[in-house]
Amino acid sequence: METIKLTIDNKEVDVPRGTTIYKAAKELGIDIPTLCYMDLHDLNIENKPGGCRICVVEVEGRRNLAPTCSTKCESGMVVKTHSTRVLNARRTVMEFILSDHPKDCLVCSKSGNCELQTMAHRLGIREIPGAEFAETSKYRKDTSPSIIRDLDKCIMCRRCETMCNDVQTVGALSAVNRGFMATVAPAFEQNLEHSTCTYCGQCVAVCPTGALTEVNHVPQVLRALVDPTKTVVVQTAPAVRAALGEEFGMAPGTLVTGKMTAALRALGFDYVFDTDFAADLTIMEEGTELLDRLSRHLKGDTTARIPILTSCCPGWVNFFEHYFPDLKDVPSTAKSPQQMFGAIAKSYFAEKIGINRKDMVVVSIMPCLAKKYECQRDEFSVDGNPDVDFSISTRELATFIKQANIDIKTLQDEEFDTPLGESTGASVIFGNTGGVIEAACRTAYELYTGKKLERIEFTELRGMEGVRSATIDFNGLPVNIGIAHGLGNARKLLDDVRSGKSVYHAIEVMACPGGCIGGGGQPLHHGNSEVIKARAAALYTEDRKKPLRKSHENPFIVKLYDEFLGKAGSEKAHHLLHTHYFDKKKKIIIKH
Amino acid sequence: MSSIKIELRKDDVDFIKGVCASFNNDPQELINVLHSCQEHFGYLPAEIQEVVSEGLNMPVAKIYGVVTFYSFFTMTPKGKNPISICLGTACYVRGAEKVLDEFKKELGIEVGQSTNDNKFSLSSLRCVGACGLAPVVLVGDKTYGRVAPDDVKNILKEYE
Ligand code: SF4
Ligand code: SF4
Ligand code: SF4
Ligand code: FES
Ligand code: FES
Repeated sequence: METIKLTIDNKEVDVPRGTTIYKAAKELGIDIPTLCYMDLHDLNIENKPGGCRICVVEVEGRRNLAPTCSTKCESGMVVKTHSTRVLNARRTVMEFILSDHPKDCLVCSKSGNCELQTMAHRLGIREIPGAEFAETSKYRKDTSPSIIRDLDKCIMCRRCETMCNDVQTVGALSAVNRGFMATVAPAFEQNLEHSTCTYCGQCVAVCPTGALTEVNHVPQVLRALVDPTKTVVVQTAPAVRAALGEEFGMAPGTLVTGKMTAALRALGFDYVFDTDFAADLTIMEEGTELLDRLSRHLKGDTTARIPILTSCCPGWVNFFEHYFPDLKDVPSTAKSPQQMFGAIAKSYFAEKIGINRKDMVVVSIMPCLAKKYECQRDEFSVDGNPDVDFSISTRELATFIKQANIDIKTLQDEEFDTPLGESTGASVIFGNTGGVIEAACRTAYELYTGKKLERIEFTELRGMEGVRSATIDFNGLPVNIGIAHGLGNARKLLDDVRSGKSVYHAIEVMACPGGCIGGGGQPLHHGNSEVIKARAAALYTEDRKKPLRKSHENPFIVKLYDEFLGKAGSEKAHHLLHTHYFDKKKKIIIKH
Repeated sequence: MSSIKIELRKDDVDFIKGVCASFNNDPQELINVLHSCQEHFGYLPAEIQEVVSEGLNMPVAKIYGVVTFYSFFTMTPKGKNPISICLGTACYVRGAEKVLDEFKKELGIEVGQSTNDNKFSLSSLRCVGACGLAPVVLVGDKTYGRVAPDDVKNILKEYE
């Protein structure tokens, strides 16, 4: 590759042609401040509108200061990143952004984690000249089932727009209006709830300020915990244990399964269970459906829909209900693990401990904001009583633990309760892109061939490429697997299914880049995709440590079928563990 | 689901789809498509934007973003007598804003709105190329030059 030489702060550096000044400086250990810029390298996601101008530097021979995030290096350039002129300009930009920004940091839900606050601190801003005269806009707050938009706090970095449009191809958000009224909003400035938003939460995950945050359900959970008439059951999704530690200063990728369990018990939950149990159950139901459709398909039955699509991600479910309702009989009908757990907890388990479902409160800890919406869907309740009462994110759990004065680092590891806390390695990897289909293959292979699987790890299904594929040999039957993470990638595979070009038998889709480990409810990665890779590695480690690594070997799952459900795909299983989908596409009504 | 119901007459839907098709259903042509639609309908309500979104296969949020960014697009219907006040430099310097304020006061509406009886609507323009006559006001096709705030009442009377 052709390289060019330039000088930054009196140091010489060689970089490939096309490198931005920002990245070249980084090579030299010079950390230029940025605000609107975002680069999630491993996921191929970049936002560089060059709009905020915090990252400006002086380039010798140029009149204007150059924004480094979007200016390319040129041979022989001489760059100064901290001259007086640069420092003054940077301060002015910052003061300007802050002048009409609300000053309620103390009570802002992003406080302590806000990139704008951090930047003000880093630049040593101690006063905001003219702030008393500046008008602050009074944009109304918009609360949806999952997400709160408080656009007075928006700094127009447009990262959310990049995520929603370029990465997710949902297009629920766009920059609207101009000048003082400029903001990012759904069409016609309607509420998010009335847009095509999937609640994937990726906009929330990248918003540098408190403009986009999750709906906080901790107060409701607390109320349930102190109510003596309620039995409160908690379930934790696989991706949470690989990320929660970050909120307490631990390195990304630190597994805190045992400490998290101990903390949940200390918070007062009556039963600390694991969504992983329900993930094993999902594999039983989804795997059975896959084998059923596949074998009917092989026999020439044209009513057997192939490929089968996974259905455990509610963000993804929302996406196809909005954009591919014509294909709504293609995804598996299996509910997500969160909802399977709720359905079993409030039937099988409630019966077992002899209480009425109305006296049980099921709380889920999720890496996900779409789950908040999912548990509120009408079809997931019985006589108005939801299967899952509240879903709180990894971030909310961390805040909850801190509020309760629990020092998670000093807690001794504890085990989940039985029976709904037992799980296999297959369910742990659900949190990674490719994990659900790998878990499904481990079980489907053995059920289909009747043989023991020699090589448990299907490494060909792993990785961070947006769209991946592999052919798995089911003892002579080649099964073609497709994998997509991020809804834009899913759209590519779906377009092929729609046009009949798809070559796959089964496709796994996760709405979030990286899968649930990169979910919208996880600790903020602040643009560092290494964090997401470390979490993925942690889940594969946890899988390797488990004595049982195939869902159908989970003894408590076997027992659940024996005692309660009959066999996978039975009528009872269908009633409790399967669902149906809705056409949410907007329709044009013709007036006569 | 969206709270905006898209109800249009069939020939209106056909017209919009036709415009999109005449630009090869190319999202890059959005501005031209919107221009043609506004020329035909006089304004661009949500319903029309929804159909354009379908025709060009692009998110309606983006379309709304464009409609609200450019001042020559409007989402409110024009009154029977659309009033436009030039706010170009020459007119501005010679007091166009005061004239605009007077119109707002007399009609009780803001820029971009129409009166309840739909008789008048108010908009502002960039330089209309008649700087010699500044400040300039247009009502429908008719041009008024050197307008002072005191003239506003009389101008409106002409359309009673
Ligand atoms: S939650 Fe996802 S779909 Fe909804 S606005 Fe944010 S990025 Fe778009
Ligand atoms: S809402 Fe957040 S992410 Fe979106 S433009 Fe505003 S500050 Fe940036
Ligand atoms: S990928 Fe996981 S975190 Fe993201 S929306 Fe789907 S289920 Fe939620
Ligand atoms: S970070 Fe470079 S312009 Fe915003
Ligand atoms: S500025 Fe009004 S006509 Fe030129």
